[in-house]
Amino acid sequence: MSPIVTVTSLAKRYAGGFEALKGVSLSIKEGEILALLGPNGAGKTTLISTLCGISKPSSGHATIGGHDVQTSYRAARQLVGLVPQEISLEPFEKVIDTVRYTRGLFGLRQDPALLEDILRKLTLWEKRDTRVTALSGGMKRRVMIAKALYHEPRVLFLDEPTAGVDVELRRDMWNVVADLKARGVTIILTTHYIEEAEAIADRIAVINHGEILLVEDKATLMRRMGQKQLEIELTQPITSLPGALSEFDLEITDSGHRLIYTYAATGERTGITRLLGALAVEGLGLRDIQTSQSSLEDIFVGLVQERAS
Amino acid sequence: MNLIAIWSIYKFEMTRFLRTLMQSFVSPVLSTSLYFVVFGAAIGSRIQEVEGVSYGAFIVPGLIMLSVMTQAVSNASFGIYLPKWTGTIFELLSAPVNFFEVVVGYVGAAATKSLFIGTLILVTSFFFVDYEIAHPLAMLAFLVLTCLSFSLFGFIIGIWAQNFEQIQLVPLLIITPLVFLGGSFYSISMLPPVWQTVTMFTPVVYLISVFRWSFFGEAEVAIGTSLLAIALFTGICLILIWRIFKTGYRIRS
Repeated sequence: MSPIVTVTSLAKRYAGGFEALKGVSLSIKEGEILALLGPNGAGKTTLISTLCGISKPSSGHATIGGHDVQTSYRAARQLVGLVPQEISLEPFEKVIDTVRYTRGLFGLRQDPALLEDILRKLTLWEKRDTRVTALSGGMKRRVMIAKALYHEPRVLFLDEPTAGVDVELRRDMWNVVADLKARGVTIILTTHYIEEAEAIADRIAVINHGEILLVEDKATLMRRMGQKQLEIELTQPITSLPGALSEFDLEITDSGHRLIYTYAATGERTGITRLLGALAVEGLGLRDIQTSQSSLEDIFVGLVQERAS
Repeated sequence: MNLIAIWSIYKFEMTRFLRTLMQSFVSPVLSTSLYFVVFGAAIGSRIQEVEGVSYGAFIVPGLIMLSVMTQAVSNASFGIYLPKWTGTIFELLSAPVNFFEVVVGYVGAAATKSLFIGTLILVTSFFFVDYEIAHPLAMLAFLVLTCLSFSLFGFIIGIWAQNFEQIQLVPLLIITPLVFLGGSFYSISMLPPVWQTVTMFTPVVYLISVFRWSFFGEAEVAIGTSLLAIALFTGICLILIWRIFKTGYRIRS
């Protein structure tokens, strides 16, 4: 299947000389959820803004649904919904009017049934005649999402959609996202909450200093870069590693009560059998054993730091 | 052409106008009535006639122009400045609309508002002075043209402005003095020769002159010259807007 979004050597240099994007290339498959991760100032928002037409690229090009975002911007933008990071709404407008307005800008006739459905899903229906200025921050963000959905985009950009929102909205939003995904909408989201990306994304792209460091299938990424740890709780504390255990990559913690063994999850041989054998040889009693896998956050932090050093 | 988008922008702007209907209505009617009382009744009673027209009637076209121009500029500049200020401009930039459609929506709404206010003042004037309009159709055409060209001008100001002070500065420091200097309350020929020359450089003179002609059939400046000057002003505004569109000046980074 041909990609729905392609980005080719896209660069953005601001008037001040700051290079927000340094030749980014990326290809996004139709129907997938791509999480764009990166620290503040990495270029996430600039990338989204350039794709959506808010800022102009200095060089390179991008297509959405096969339409160049600059030369056939009308066809490209028709497919796109955007929920920007900042909440910006006309304060004195009624909720329902501002949502209707967006669909109008996309040249579509009003669809009251769809509008009601969207507003209900975002629990805005009761507030439809309230003026924006009277809404709480979380409600305003819901309005922003409703505006981006009402023109039925095929590609949805969510820029930090859950920054500073409560649990309820976050849950509603992920329901909406799941619903959209089921209908084949492609979703590109940036987030600081890596566990969110881990939970919902199909693929992960890591961006820093205006460059894409990596784009990979989430599962592959986790497997490839993930390390596992085996945590062994001992009945009796030890102060140093007995001879038979010295060949293993072990760490003594919890004042000798715990041993931590780090190994690659992807390896053919993990060494666990041998380790457990060695423990028995040394006559160490085990109280408990557990394993844990490094999270996407660990991978992400590792990746960003690695490049920085 | 995304007609629904134009209509959406237009309607959105008109809704904003209707929300503040009382302000929009009362303030121009009140200030115009004051002008009629002060200039028409108090001062006018000491002035017999200007160019064969009673002074009260003579100032009507000037007054309408004064309000229409200031209203058009401030409505249009505020209309496009507001989304820049609140950040909602992102919506216009990321929507499948071109700049022409945006301009038509915003300028159309601002022109409608000022046309409405101009008409309101015209109606008010009939309560204060007794006169007849010589060329009603031409009068309407010039009124619409003025509303449009000054709304275009206001749109440019709104794009250019980077704070609310700048928005207010232009009507206050440019439009009002120009309209006063442009002969809204007197005939240009009443001025000393030096000032007569100076006023010939203000586009407003031509507008008021031709507008007054449509009322009373007499013009200070030849109609052809006036039309040329108006066309020139509108043309410059259109070129500036086209440039803004091309370069994304102060809108698209």
